[in-house]
Amino acid sequence: MAKHDTPLLDELEKGPWPSFVTDMKRQAETHPECWDILGQLELSYEDRITHWKHGGIVGVFGYGGGIVGRYSDVPDRFPGVEHFHTVRIAQPSGLYYSTKNLRALMDLWDKYGSGMTNMHGSTGDMIFLGTRTENLEPLFWDLTHDLDQDLGGSGSNLRTPSCCLGESRCEWSCYDTQDICYHLTMHYQDEIHRPAFPYKFKFKFSGCPNDCVAAIARSDFAVIGTWKDDIQIDQAGVKEYMAGNYPSNGGAHSGRDWGAFDIKKEVIDICPTNCMWMEGDELKIDNSECTRCMHCINVMPRALKPGKEKGATICIGAKAPILDGAQFATMVIPFIKVSKENEYENVIDVIEQIWDWWMEVGKNRERVGETMQRIGLPTFLRVMEVDAMPQHVREPRSNPYVFWKEEEVEGGFERDVEEFRRKHAA
Amino acid sequence: MASIEHNGTSYEVDEDGFLLNGSEEWDENWVDYVKSVEGINDMTDEHQKVIDALQEYYKKNGIAPMVRILSKTTGFPLKRIYELFPSGPGKGACKMAGLPKPTGCV
Ligand code: HEM
Ligand code: HEM
Ligand code: SF4
Ligand code: SF4
Repeated sequence: MAKHDTPLLDELEKGPWPSFVTDMKRQAETHPECWDILGQLELSYEDRITHWKHGGIVGVFGYGGGIVGRYSDVPDRFPGVEHFHTVRIAQPSGLYYSTKNLRALMDLWDKYGSGMTNMHGSTGDMIFLGTRTENLEPLFWDLTHDLDQDLGGSGSNLRTPSCCLGESRCEWSCYDTQDICYHLTMHYQDEIHRPAFPYKFKFKFSGCPNDCVAAIARSDFAVIGTWKDDIQIDQAGVKEYMAGNYPSNGGAHSGRDWGAFDIKKEVIDICPTNCMWMEGDELKIDNSECTRCMHCINVMPRALKPGKEKGATICIGAKAPILDGAQFATMVIPFIKVSKENEYENVIDVIEQIWDWWMEVGKNRERVGETMQRIGLPTFLRVMEVDAMPQHVREPRSNPYVFWKEEEVEGGFERDVEEFRRKHAA
Repeated sequence: MASIEHNGTSYEVDEDGFLLNGSEEWDENWVDYVKSVEGINDMTDEHQKVIDALQEYYKKNGIAPMVRILSKTTGFPLKRIYELFPSGPGKGACKMAGLPKPTGCV
């Protein structure tokens, strides 16, 4: 595979930033097919259209997902990317790798693929970019036998679950994100590897409302840590912050001089629900109004902590369809205990309640969030056997004379209006 | 586009090995070929039932059925379908039935 002239791409090497073009040129020294990626991309820039074909179907025996088939539509000019399949590989929970494991993974990909990776994709797993069909079975064999690792999900199945690093390093975590992520990955092997859903379905686990894995924006089933009781306040700590003895935000802003810490300006006035105030030199919080946004805790971690009664909120149905645009997940279950003691049985019940319904009524290639929208939240809540509450409501209705359920209307929707009016003659 | 040959008959296929001309070129010899490349040992009545269900649905609807519908019409749970077709209902069974490549991206 020859080197191609890439004047347009070369522009992307200018400036002080890292450049994928430079990286790929370096990679091409040992994997010459990378010249053809660059060549094809240059051609796409000239033609202003992609030269990758629409998705192909490739895989390994026993699995229906995990590998995304990709082909070039100009294979004669760029034989190195004639096949350029993407392999998804399940990441360790919380992304803890040993260097030994990373080396083994890179050696594996050096042997069977282009060596190009994306660590990590939006789904959360490792994305290995670019291999040929005939390499898939040997790659899978080595991956599962030598490295004891597995493919992730792709297609209309449960995608590789992912989580924040949770309790392993983060004091704010309200449950063990890594454990539930691993547990459910093992529990749902069939759903991950053998697509049977209307469309993709993603789990993401964040230990607290900072939501470091962006579960609320990117997953069909977002489990976000929260607490039921009050934010724990250490008044002595508050005083230290106010006196300037503790750096705010854990020192994250120390590179620039923002002036002395001002608790009113930086915390109390920007609490989104206005539920904080000072009484003398004591900080007070009206916890019934707090939305657990984490702002005050992020600013003063040595004075404020999440409460003690911990669990999670479940939000359902984030999606980013190309035509409709992005949509956050909807809060459905405000508080649920997340505990390995019952092997997450209560969380599993919620998941399966969604699946049973979605597999029945979901249309082909419809994310659960779209099904919810099509059917309506009131119906969805009934399916989930969750009582509606104010937090489910975006805005109060403006017309109180609308009835959604027949049993709320005396005589039903088909009642004889003439007959009814006779009793209320003007 | 590529073509492949099996027992003296040649077939036009796409890059993933699906028949380009569908039912026009589909025959028992094609079934025998797919059997050899998709990890199937012996054709059984159960394989045939899946193939028939796929072709029937495709004739009626012009697309391949969702996996759940395939399970329902054949009465085979997904697990059984993977036992019959190790590369799955899409890559294995649809290919053998001569259906065009199921769409679907990532
Ligand atoms: C000028 C060329 C390119 C530009 C401007 C570009 C830009 C981007 C941007 C902005 C993202 C999103 C990053 C993020 O938010 O995390 C992204 C992600 C990605 N890009 Fe590129 N990219 C280019 C070329 C390529 C090429 C040539 C490949 C592969 C051969 C590639 C593969 C990917 C992948 C796999 C992702 C990750 C998607 C994900 O995380 O969901 N990109 N790219
Ligand atoms: C018109 C063509 C394409 C469309 C509309 C498309 C659309 C998408 C969308 C919507 C996602 C996000 C899926 C998600 O929710 O996780 C995605 C992910 C991805 N796409 Fe494409 N894609 C196209 C072509 C390609 C091509 C040609 C390649 C590679 C050569 C590619 C590689 C990837 C990869 C690696 C990801 C996964 C990233 C991750 O899981 O984080 N895509 N694509
Ligand atoms: S989501 Fe919360 S618990 Fe998880 S790492 Fe981020 S801040 Fe910590
Ligand atoms: S967590 Fe957010 S809403 Fe709650 S008290 Fe702190 S700043 Fe206010």
